[in-house]
Amino acid sequence: MKKANFHIVKREPMAWYYNLLVRVISIIASLVVCAVVIMLLTKKNPIEIYASMFKGAFGTNLRIWNFLQNTAILLCVALAITPAFKMKFWNIGAEGQVLIGGLATVCVMMFLGDSLPYPVLILVMIAASVAASIIWAVIPAFFKAMWNTNETLFTLMMNYVAMQLVAFFLKYFVKSGSGTLAPMPDFGLPVIFNQPYLLNIIIVAVLTAVVYIYLKKTKHGYEISVVGESENTAKYIGINVRKVIIRTLVVSGALCGIAGLLLVGGTNHTINTSTVGGRGFTAIMVSWLAKFNPVIMIFTSALIVFFEKGAGQVSTDFRLPDAISDIVTGIILFFIIGCEFFLQYKILISRNRKENDGC
Amino acid sequence: MLTFLISAIRLGMAFLFGSTGETITEKSGHLNLGIPGVMCVGASCGCFMEYIYLSHAKTNANAFLAILLPVLATLLGGALMGLIFSFLTVTLRANQNVTGLALTTFGVGLSDYMIAETGAIYSKGSRYFTLSLPFADNLGWFGKLFFSHGILIYLAIVIALVTSYVLSKTRVGLNLRAVGENPATADAAGINVSRYRYASTCIGCAIAGLGGLSFVMDYLNGNWEYCIDAIGWLAIALVIFTVWKPNVAIFGSIVFGALYIASSYITGVSFAGKEIFKMLPYVVTIVVLIFTSIRNKKENQPPQSLGLAYFREER
Repeated sequence: MKKANFHIVKREPMAWYYNLLVRVISIIASLVVCAVVIMLLTKKNPIEIYASMFKGAFGTNLRIWNFLQNTAILLCVALAITPAFKMKFWNIGAEGQVLIGGLATVCVMMFLGDSLPYPVLILVMIAASVAASIIWAVIPAFFKAMWNTNETLFTLMMNYVAMQLVAFFLKYFVKSGSGTLAPMPDFGLPVIFNQPYLLNIIIVAVLTAVVYIYLKKTKHGYEISVVGESENTAKYIGINVRKVIIRTLVVSGALCGIAGLLLVGGTNHTINTSTVGGRGFTAIMVSWLAKFNPVIMIFTSALIVFFEKGAGQVSTDFRLPDAISDIVTGIILFFIIGCEFFLQYKILISRNRKENDGC
Repeated sequence: MLTFLISAIRLGMAFLFGSTGETITEKSGHLNLGIPGVMCVGASCGCFMEYIYLSHAKTNANAFLAILLPVLATLLGGALMGLIFSFLTVTLRANQNVTGLALTTFGVGLSDYMIAETGAIYSKGSRYFTLSLPFADNLGWFGKLFFSHGILIYLAIVIALVTSYVLSKTRVGLNLRAVGENPATADAAGINVSRYRYASTCIGCAIAGLGGLSFVMDYLNGNWEYCIDAIGWLAIALVIFTVWKPNVAIFGSIVFGALYIASSYITGVSFAGKEIFKMLPYVVTIVVLIFTSIRNKKENQPPQSLGLAYFREER
């Protein structure tokens, strides 16, 4: 075999400013590539395009609220999947788990909205959505724990089962037969200070702190990271791995349920199959890019929402198809994913091999 | 009934391309969740090429070239997507799930953009893909069922059979499976793990791209209205359903095709009930997944290192 003239070694953890620098460089590089792509597609000046992106995210008061709201919901879903991911349980079913929570919320709003007093209704909504999402998350967890069933594929399939359930619900219970449910703002979550999104944002902020503490400071959080690092180690030190898997997915499901509640009860007041809109998948990026740290997730989710909103504005300003935002998001993600390599590894040229062997 | 079966086959072959491609990829230990994106990009490259060719050739378009050029463009587009995936996961050692999902976002966006720009009418080009064998009409229902299909249908079956043979009977296939089961051992045996993973992912993605082309040009007759990523997810499901065997997938894909369209052929089912029918392929996949894991039979398991990266330095 040909002798490689360089080799790759793992780095020691880097100083935070180096981490930041590499990430900033990668984002700038990705923006340059996006600019080139957009220029090729549209023949417009990229500076104008980025100005329009900024306008799209922060241009008006309403847009800022919209931006914060979207960030909050995305962050909430990301928080939900983080415990599972930290345990190396590849839950890509957040889409379905959130949707089913939303469906439960809508059911409560629709069937009990008139008969229950408002405070009780809210409590029932919370209970229903959390319970539904927990069920959706625990089914794959149970089979993973008992028979090591592949959870990535299982949770992926559960997404589509949930979507079809929603489609069924819309066709079966909506009397008009149009397949769309009119919003029911009367039965939604309360509005505080006249800002419809404020409550959502506050709830998610609190959840961020709770999840941070849960993962970093509690025994449960510790067990999750041990199981994630090595199942054998976990067994050896007497952790009941099956119990931890199922318990973690209960937590994960409950948080998905809250996301569904906020999305349906606190924002849309109705549901359709694309209510979650791919957030279940985007949240994986958010969580993974932040290295599963809930506080850093605030920034990563804001970043991704910024690109989505901004690219949406670009498409209206320059009369481009909406899909341009997906292309831009995709390219940026490639760069951010790729840059992780430079944070974790360094490349050594063979000549220096001897000097570096010591460390 | 006959039209139902024929539609099931035509749709099924789109799944078959996707799942054959994904099987090749997964056998090397790569779980490529970018398949929906790859299929979208494959379809858009093919359609775009067809569009260019037909607008250049005007009236004297050659049927052979009208099929060959889009197919080549699709293969190239798919392989490029595979190259992005393997560059990020093998060379830059990124997480496969995350990379795959990013690939899907990108691919779906790219093809949606293309549909919106070019108008999504490829029915002219689709004619060439649905040309049936000349003697099909003389053989009654038998001919209709087996010989009336477009070229891509037969290509799908041939590719699946060849893949199945290569994977189980040749040295290349053995090496590939070794890489997917236990890359460290394969490496020790002198197999170039990175090269196998690159190659299998690119070839797999190229084949999966054809699935997108087949779906648009053959099944939809060139009327590309909505995105095909749902087909991609089902293709991934089909890989599990057929326990990583492309030859089983030929029948599995037809079953999936039938399940997917059953709702529109069964009379007496309410509008809402049809939505429950559409759930079937996913539910069936889940059942198969559970069943294979409980039975724990050796030859029906996913490749052992599926989804895991291999870094020689970290042994």
